[in-house]
Amino acid sequence: MRSTFKASFAALATSALMAGSALAAGHGEALTGDLRIFLDTSNPAPRATMEDMIARFNEMHPDLNIETTVIDREAYKTQIRNFLTANSPDVATWYAANRMRPYVEAGLFEDVSDLWAEPEIAENLASTKGAMTIDDKQWGVPYTYYQWGVYYREDIFNELGLREPTTWEEEKANCQAIIESGRKCYTIGTKFLWTAGGWFDYLNMRTNGFDFHMALTQGEVEWTDDRVRQTFANWRELIDMGAFIDNHQTYSWQEALPFMVNGEATAYLMGNFAVAPMREAGLSDDQIGFYQFPVINPDVELSEDAPTDTFHIPANASNKEAAREFLRFVVSAENQTIINNGENLGQLPVNASASVDDDKFLNEGFEMLSSNSPGGVAQFFDRDAPAEMASEAMQGFQEFMVIPDNLDDILQRLEAARQRIY
Amino acid sequence: MTQAALPDTHAASGGGRSWYRRNEIAITPWLFLAPGVLFFCFYVIFPIFQSFNLSLYAWDGLGEAEYVGLRNYGELVNDRAFEVSLWNNLKWLLLYLLAIPAGLFIALFLNQTVTSIRLYKSLFFFPFVISQVVVGLVFTWFYDPTFGLLNTILGWVGLGPINVLGDPTLVTYGIIAAGLWPQTAYCMILYLTGLNAVDPEQVEAARLDGAKGWRMLWYVIVPQLKPATFIAFVVTIIGALRSFDLISIMTNGGPFGTSRVLSFYMFEKALSEYGFRMGYGAAIAVVLFLIMLVFIAYFLWSMWREEKVR
Repeated sequence: MRSTFKASFAALATSALMAGSALAAGHGEALTGDLRIFLDTSNPAPRATMEDMIARFNEMHPDLNIETTVIDREAYKTQIRNFLTANSPDVATWYAANRMRPYVEAGLFEDVSDLWAEPEIAENLASTKGAMTIDDKQWGVPYTYYQWGVYYREDIFNELGLREPTTWEEEKANCQAIIESGRKCYTIGTKFLWTAGGWFDYLNMRTNGFDFHMALTQGEVEWTDDRVRQTFANWRELIDMGAFIDNHQTYSWQEALPFMVNGEATAYLMGNFAVAPMREAGLSDDQIGFYQFPVINPDVELSEDAPTDTFHIPANASNKEAAREFLRFVVSAENQTIINNGENLGQLPVNASASVDDDKFLNEGFEMLSSNSPGGVAQFFDRDAPAEMASEAMQGFQEFMVIPDNLDDILQRLEAARQRIY
Repeated sequence: MTQAALPDTHAASGGGRSWYRRNEIAITPWLFLAPGVLFFCFYVIFPIFQSFNLSLYAWDGLGEAEYVGLRNYGELVNDRAFEVSLWNNLKWLLLYLLAIPAGLFIALFLNQTVTSIRLYKSLFFFPFVISQVVVGLVFTWFYDPTFGLLNTILGWVGLGPINVLGDPTLVTYGIIAAGLWPQTAYCMILYLTGLNAVDPEQVEAARLDGAKGWRMLWYVIVPQLKPATFIAFVVTIIGALRSFDLISIMTNGGPFGTSRVLSFYMFEKALSEYGFRMGYGAAIAVVLFLIMLVFIAYFLWSMWREEKVR
């Protein structure tokens, strides 16, 4: 009994001490106290990158006691609701655009517009500011993003005498040649639905343009609109040609990779993260090529998907001073160069002063996003549209890819969902 | 000594005895039950009413809950995905019961004295021991349209390749078949223990009367297995209604939501990555609860009847 009392007294004393030092951090120059960071970067490479980055930050602020928690990427998506309300960390990872809206609206993310007003950030991060803005305020900072596009088997294209298509006609002609050679044009695995969302994003942005696509994902356009139907009509041209692998509804995106690696399918519309497993599976950089999704409607400007991953400060964080300093550190040019290089995340830095690693695909992606995407940069279907609409719609896309004749029914369902959700 | 002690006890049994001592016999069982009852009320009974209540609100789990009355239920009526889930639940309920006769026949088959019969018994029991997730994965590979064993076998007899888990009409049956594998093993083990309790004298008597084969099984063995059948029925029904892990592993509810059941749909609407309609999820949970209630009531009633006969 006595020992319990003593122990709890000791704990009380420590926590009082800690509270005192946290208070001090608010005034002093050196950061002290605790900084709790929650990460969803659970895959081995990103995890190591993040841990290394945090270690470097800790070296700069040795008095700060940093506690890092890495949560499985999928589990994180549900746990964030609990820890933001109940047991808030000081910094947490999340995604940009509509995906952060529920937390912003519930008042769970800290407004960090003050950081964005600092010249260092305002000048270098301008390209992603839009994705971090809701109600004219910024709610976090990005730390990495990556391009989407068509990754293809360059050796097979060479063998068939094909060139990277730039127009829809070339695209279809290429595909016809590929099919005649006994292969499929595209591999895709739609078991978890979102891969079909990528196809819809590109087809719709190329057919109707970026602004229409944004209006659609924000619920301002009817799903039964003729322009939406045109997007599906273009999609159907590929489906009717037999461009996609069979039985894609049973595969995840990883399970669809072997089709491309074995040469049964020649291309994959994917994010840049697909390159690493392709290389691991034995494809050399000579065998993999990359091209921007071709023009369909020449009247609309090109626009791209480039999902952005972000850091936020929860509204209930206890050490916001240190958290802000951490965010400044994360987006600094030097750190951005390090964490996004080929040995670490292998993605694109968000800071314009940072340098892109010398990697074939990163360079092509950077080039494409910075100079050949005048229409705008979208996040991704399930980040631009509200979660519920995204899930209904992506399920519809999968159904359309399997049974294209159900289109009318699908669109009516989506329209009903739109009227309910927005 | 005894003489002196007696008046004392008499005195105690009079007005001076405490209330607890007077009611000790009646109260003690309740005291022993109290922790269990308390936890049961707090973790089982209370959440049921909480779900009922929540199903009347629109709530995203973060902001303020908005009272919407029966609107969630109104939406359920017109929700085609809900209808599909409900029908799938019915398929699960009916087809899952096949595990009971299948388990019985395997048990009868294994109920003999052969060398190393224990090994065979444990091999048959094996599927129940491994995790449902593993069962799901094994069957996913078995059904795989490109390299799966099923299509290889079908190829031998000249039948075309089928994609069981990608075909909206076949997918639920494919998953139920996967679920039957461990469930049959479970029923088998229940019947094996039941068969140990079959009275050999009755079997002997029946044999003298000339009973054999099906008649022996139906009129002599099966009636004696009634307790085992009852338990097998209970666990199979409950197993069918809470089928979730197999669906999640094998198809994730797809293709386009055709393999969902109520429990999975509830999870998707309320707790998954794109969900967080707590009220709507609760409404689905209430419907599932009402379906379960029919069976629970039946089980309780038959148990109560059983006890009354004794």
